[in-house]
Amino acid sequence: MWTWFYRLASPPHVYRTAAALTPWFYAVAAVLIGYGLVDGLVFAPRDYQQGDAFRIIYVHAPSAWLSLFAYTTMAVAGAIALIWRIKVGYAVAAAAAPIGASFTLSALVTGSLWGRPMWGTYWAWDPRLTSELILLFLYFGVISLRQAFEDPARGDRAAALLGVVGVVNVPIVHFSVTWWNSLHQGGTVMRLGKPEMPGSMLWPLLAMLAGFMFFFGAVLCMRVRGEVLNRERQSTWVREAVKS
Amino acid sequence: MNVGAFRAMRLILHRELSLSFRRPDQLLQPLVFFLIVTTLFPLALSPEMSLLRDMAPGVLWVAALLSSLLSIDALFKGDADDGTLEQLALSGQSLSVIVIAKTIAHWLVSGAALVVMSPLVATALGIPVDAFATMMFSLALGTLTLSWLGAIGAGLTVGLRRGSVLLSLIVLPLAMPLLIFGASATDRAIGGESPAGALYFLASLCVFTSSLAPLAASAALRITLE
Repeated sequence: MWTWFYRLASPPHVYRTAAALTPWFYAVAAVLIGYGLVDGLVFAPRDYQQGDAFRIIYVHAPSAWLSLFAYTTMAVAGAIALIWRIKVGYAVAAAAAPIGASFTLSALVTGSLWGRPMWGTYWAWDPRLTSELILLFLYFGVISLRQAFEDPARGDRAAALLGVVGVVNVPIVHFSVTWWNSLHQGGTVMRLGKPEMPGSMLWPLLAMLAGFMFFFGAVLCMRVRGEVLNRERQSTWVREAVKS
Repeated sequence: MNVGAFRAMRLILHRELSLSFRRPDQLLQPLVFFLIVTTLFPLALSPEMSLLRDMAPGVLWVAALLSSLLSIDALFKGDADDGTLEQLALSGQSLSVIVIAKTIAHWLVSGAALVVMSPLVATALGIPVDAFATMMFSLALGTLTLSWLGAIGAGLTVGLRRGSVLLSLIVLPLAMPLLIFGASATDRAIGGESPAGALYFLASLCVFTSSLAPLAASAALRITLE
């Protein structure tokens, strides 16, 4: 079973699988995001309190969710690579970090644009906002630690370890709304029982969420291919793959 | 020579402490830095006592954070440069033992000294004497946690030539919960409220890092030593 697992995680196999998956991920993401944007921005009813301004949730919430999801992906890939010495894990972790940082930045920017009409300010030192900002700094730390080493293999291992250590921040960001009395509104979708949102608003949001996940998958696949090619550039299969 | 883990820890602790007491200037630098940083705030903001008292917990904690970061950079550096660290790693003792001893030694000469000195700064910033016990206790817990977090960062950056800025970039985000709860404990004590909640949180962070940080830091050292 282990040999099968290692063959599955071998660089050429991952390279080909990622190449095969990318167009499918893009197609599904385009359909879901397309539906979510049209339904969310045009057909969903106006919020009785926030008016049309609430519609930025269709970009904001999926970005924030993906910022945590990408971090977890990076940490899990790094942990797998550290524990079982599967080199592809480092490639996945290295590929996920900049995407996650971009989602974090996007969540912060859309959030502050949303905060201006709702709270009257672009930025408030609120636990949710602050912990999301810390998440961005953590991403920066991981990315620059990887680049600081002259030996890329060492940089990979050090960055993977830092990613695993920083995972303690993920629950802090996720639960900060519940733990502290916050300006930021509480979670409305991910709760047991009935969500606090009518279906006409909820469905486009869920579609956007799933669409963002597929978009993340597609970009991750492309970046992983790049990382694998760069790491394996001395091997014969890369030369053949590039030639053909 | 086969030495038990506790004896090894005691030997390293003794070595570290005597090494730092033979270089008193390096011992004093972080403390003087702590004093200077706290002096900057009244100069930059306002010397008015009522304003200073409101800011005092935050000022104390930021200064403690920075001065702890300043000295943690050297935690493994000297030993890594002259090869001692490799010898220690080859000694057959678990790396965690070495990390624990070195980190506790670092805390004794930086964190604990800072705690002892903090009433001086606190008086200057107008913190009432009633709050001193809470402030010192929270600082003691906080600086120990910081030393553990710093040990992870120092382990990750020890092989790098310009590692100190990167070290801050790595450690500061991890230390932010500490800053929030530490400053709020002191703040509550000044306001006459019970600081128990924040202190419990600090204590749990301290226990959490004390148990897991040695493992993480020794894994980091193993990566950089290879």
